[in-house]
Amino acid sequence: MADMRQDLRELYQEVIFDHNRHPRNFHALEHASHAADGYNPLCGDQLTVYLRVEDGIVREASFVGHGCAISTASASLMTEAVKGLPVDEVEALFQDMHAMLTTSHPEGRDFGKLEVLAGVREFPARVKCASLAWHTLHNALAGTGDTAKTE
Amino acid sequence: MNAAVPSPHARGILGRRDDFPILKRSVHGQPLVYLDNGATTQKPSCVIEAERRFYLESNANIHRGVHWLSQQATELYEKGRETVRALINARDAREIVFTRGTTEAINLVAWSWARNHVKAGDVIVVTGMEHHSNIVPWQLVCASTGAVLKAVRVLDDGSLDLEHYRQTLDEGRVRCVAIAHVSNALGTVNPVAELTRLAHDAGSVVLVDGAQAVAHQAVDVQAIGCDFYAFSGHKLYGPTGIGALFGRLDLLDSMPPWQGGGDMIRTVSFERTTYADVPQRFEAGTPNIAGVIGLAAAIDYVRGVGLDDIAAHEHELLQYGARALHDIKGLRMIGTAPEKAGILSFVIQGMHPHDLGTILDMHGVAIRAGHHCAMPLMTRFGIPGTARASLALYNTREDIDTLVSGIREACKMFRLEH
Repeated sequence: MADMRQDLRELYQEVIFDHNRHPRNFHALEHASHAADGYNPLCGDQLTVYLRVEDGIVREASFVGHGCAISTASASLMTEAVKGLPVDEVEALFQDMHAMLTTSHPEGRDFGKLEVLAGVREFPARVKCASLAWHTLHNALAGTGDTAKTE
Repeated sequence: MNAAVPSPHARGILGRRDDFPILKRSVHGQPLVYLDNGATTQKPSCVIEAERRFYLESNANIHRGVHWLSQQATELYEKGRETVRALINARDAREIVFTRGTTEAINLVAWSWARNHVKAGDVIVVTGMEHHSNIVPWQLVCASTGAVLKAVRVLDDGSLDLEHYRQTLDEGRVRCVAIAHVSNALGTVNPVAELTRLAHDAGSVVLVDGAQAVAHQAVDVQAIGCDFYAFSGHKLYGPTGIGALFGRLDLLDSMPPWQGGGDMIRTVSFERTTYADVPQRFEAGTPNIAGVIGLAAAIDYVRGVGLDDIAAHEHELLQYGARALHDIKGLRMIGTAPEKAGILSFVIQGMHPHDLGTILDMHGVAIRAGHHCAMPLMTRFGIPGTARASLALYNTREDIDTLVSGIREACKMFRLEH
């Protein structure tokens, strides 16, 4: 039991609550160069990710939508993390985040603040909440126009 | 909160908790508090034992063997049909068709009855509180026939807008009304007898989705007067993969088969095949024989406990739970209709149902969080979903107390200053 309570504390860290209550970059983006919708039909989480990419660099990132604390915090932290990154590094970060959330921590990767999302791995039912924003980001950059779905 | 004094009939029913072995499990080191009965109920030992015994002693295919075992299996299977008939007080056992569950039962009516009786411009009526399984089959009928689907509005307290229902019937051309007996997301009990009478006056056929009703109250299809009634075994303490459709004999008799195969034919030649009488006409292929036997055991079980006692016990718990939840600041109950079955559906300001579901799970409390397969209803209330605690005969006041203390701890974690 102690372990599970510990897992719960690792899932719901202060940073998660903070970003849930006060999501950063929580607005639509005028003059976005990339945008995509994400939807989790199972729980109804829904968001739109906006990016302004110039010279191969993500200058601005933002999102709107609604979801649980995990999905909102993940989206908020993501927009902070990708701002200023070259597009290919964003794609690499998406791959590494996906690995961290679903299998194991990729060697040598320093996730910085995003590390708080690692606790999700112990909660299989909630992995989709954390990964929705990232799949949506991936789709926005790929420019496929598909709605990202995690279910 | 005082959990001390359950009423006399509640004390009697509480002894039944031991009939359900799974309730002795612990989850995350906590005793299991199972409050997801709207999704599926747990199974008493007698149901598990009935299925096991069938495979140990009586397993054979039905309706075809000349041998002794096959005859025994057939007898058990048909006895199961009679048990279902008695449960819902149908006139004739031939009015009972075994299906995989409520969903398949509704689809059977949509395919076999509706597609042959509904024409372009005709109207099919559902309500705003239906489960997707009582919406989508009718949308498919509309798509293939050109009929129109209309949804009766739901009032703020979660009861059906009867005025709008009458109005919808008055607009004419209603051929089919498909309504939930009890709403899975809100617990609202619809006045199905009155709704049926009004629909019949308007010349419509009526299907009642009884998935959330049969385990919680005595159901009498003759008193309701409906033409079809569908339910699932697994929400009635029975196995998954088995359910039943009641259909008025004359209607069933007029309906063509919807699946072809063995068991549903009289004669087959490449020139012409003739079909079996009802209900076999609708039971193509080897059915879920063990499921029927498990379902019959479950029905015997609930009738033994007494459906009126179950209803009274759950109603008392519902009142107790509603009062306890009412004291939590920031909690909004969704569905407060005067006629309500044992479902507590709610949202908490500042906390998503999924976060609450995860935290409660750590307390050993199983609830459902989400849209409950009733997305139009969630849209109507302007919410993405709810947290839902749904009751069964084995739940106790202590279960509710654990739920409430878990919610309070979740609020504390989320620093909700309610």
